[in-house]
Amino acid sequence: MALITAENISIGYGSRTIIKDLNFSVDTGDYLCIIGENGVGKTTLMKTMLGLMKPLSGRILLGEGLKNNMIGYLPQRTTVQKDFPASVWEIVLSGFQGRCGARPFYDRKEKLIAKDNIERMEISSLSKRSYMELSGGQQQRVLLARALCAAQEILLLDEPITGLDPRAASEMYGLISKLNKEGMTIIMISHDISESVKYASHVLHIGKNIFFGSKEKYFESDEGKVFLMKNKGGEDR
Amino acid sequence: MTDKLIMYMQYPFVIYAMIVGVLIALCSSLLGVTLVLKRFSFIGDGLSHVAFGAMAVGSVINLSNNMFLVLPVTVIGAVLLLRTGKNTIIKGDAAIAMISVAALAFGYLIMNVFSTSSNLSGDVCSTLFGSTSILTLNKYEVILCAVLSALVVLIFILFYNKIFAVTFDENFSRASGVNVERYNLLIAVIIAVIIVLAMNLVGSLLISALVIFPALSAMRIFRSFKTVTICSAVLSVLCAFLGIIVSILFGTPVGSTIVAVDACVFAICVFIGKIMGGIRI
Repeated sequence: MALITAENISIGYGSRTIIKDLNFSVDTGDYLCIIGENGVGKTTLMKTMLGLMKPLSGRILLGEGLKNNMIGYLPQRTTVQKDFPASVWEIVLSGFQGRCGARPFYDRKEKLIAKDNIERMEISSLSKRSYMELSGGQQQRVLLARALCAAQEILLLDEPITGLDPRAASEMYGLISKLNKEGMTIIMISHDISESVKYASHVLHIGKNIFFGSKEKYFESDEGKVFLMKNKGGEDR
Repeated sequence: MTDKLIMYMQYPFVIYAMIVGVLIALCSSLLGVTLVLKRFSFIGDGLSHVAFGAMAVGSVINLSNNMFLVLPVTVIGAVLLLRTGKNTIIKGDAAIAMISVAALAFGYLIMNVFSTSSNLSGDVCSTLFGSTSILTLNKYEVILCAVLSALVVLIFILFYNKIFAVTFDENFSRASGVNVERYNLLIAVIIAVIIVLAMNLVGSLLISALVIFPALSAMRIFRSFKTVTICSAVLSVLCAFLGIIVSILFGTPVGSTIVAVDACVFAICVFIGKIMGGIRI
């Protein structure tokens, strides 16, 4: 059985359905890229996968012993965090909160893993710095390190490169791809299609028509071709 | 001046006021950071008006101890206001404004129509500004206050990491399996208890100052959650202590003096923050 399976799910708010009858599955080690225009419901889909929202119909199945608190999530940055006094260390550690249960403090093992994840994100030198003083790219690395603390098998990333300059963005892609090669399953939302698809193994395209399949098939499909042409046109201009 | 202070210190009611004032200041500052960051600075104000309304009802029906009515009503108010749920009819700040003025109006109305007291405006004034009640505390009230404060501090320490996680990123916490609603409820209940406690000290109009000033001052200087929390607790306690001493020496109203000291300290912290550009810890 796959790690995450979506069976005929429809999602939306109240009576408004945004996506209808969607089917897809993610296996261990996959790198799924969810693409589509703004407002088609990519974030809503991700929230549904996380169990933050209920699908209007259909269901999300978690397989291979995956539980909700084993999923790492990188949400879009919020306005509250802009002037939030918190050190990098405090934020990364808070990734363990879901596993703490009623235990009030973090144990030594968790602190070691947190330190390890900070090193993996190459931000050890920043660990005592305050989050709000960091650049956008550095902030994303902090949030990714926190997501890694929560994640054991799978990471869900919501627009991880939004607002980053090109260099920071390509570094971010490099980091995510490295994690994927180390065995982490990745599901990523992006509207920077050309760059993000480069590293992906599977593509879920949401729009008028829905496409789900491997990257190779995507490039052969109608949705893929349309998108590739559009993208090329954009680059030529 | 020192002689005067030493003389006053020999009266038990002054000592009681000191103890209660410092404890309340400590408690109210703890959650201030969370409230400010969650954009709920005004919640203290709203809740204290609810508490005022409840107190008015309590005094009209001649309850021997207002606490048993005021505390539950305020807790319910806090739960309703902090429900950041998406389905509320009226959102955030509007709900707080609406509930607070309505409670204030009804409270005064009830006091005015049904009150048996001969000094109505005095009663209202002392509930709003806490002018004298802190100097008339008896031993049991001090003990009650001490117990509740100890409880608040203990709960805050035990749930410190959870409060931080929920404040910093609600969605992430929820996704990783934290019961966010439960902790929001906890925060709401603690705030309600603090508000009711603090009404004795500064009265219902000035409570939000006690909650948000220390947090805002600390945030000018420090940049991590732990240091900000510790600094705001220390500042709050110092300000309350200083405020009470000044009010004893110069005969000024306790509540407003404490808040005035808080405001001055805030100005100093802004200045220090500007010079240092924030300590990097």
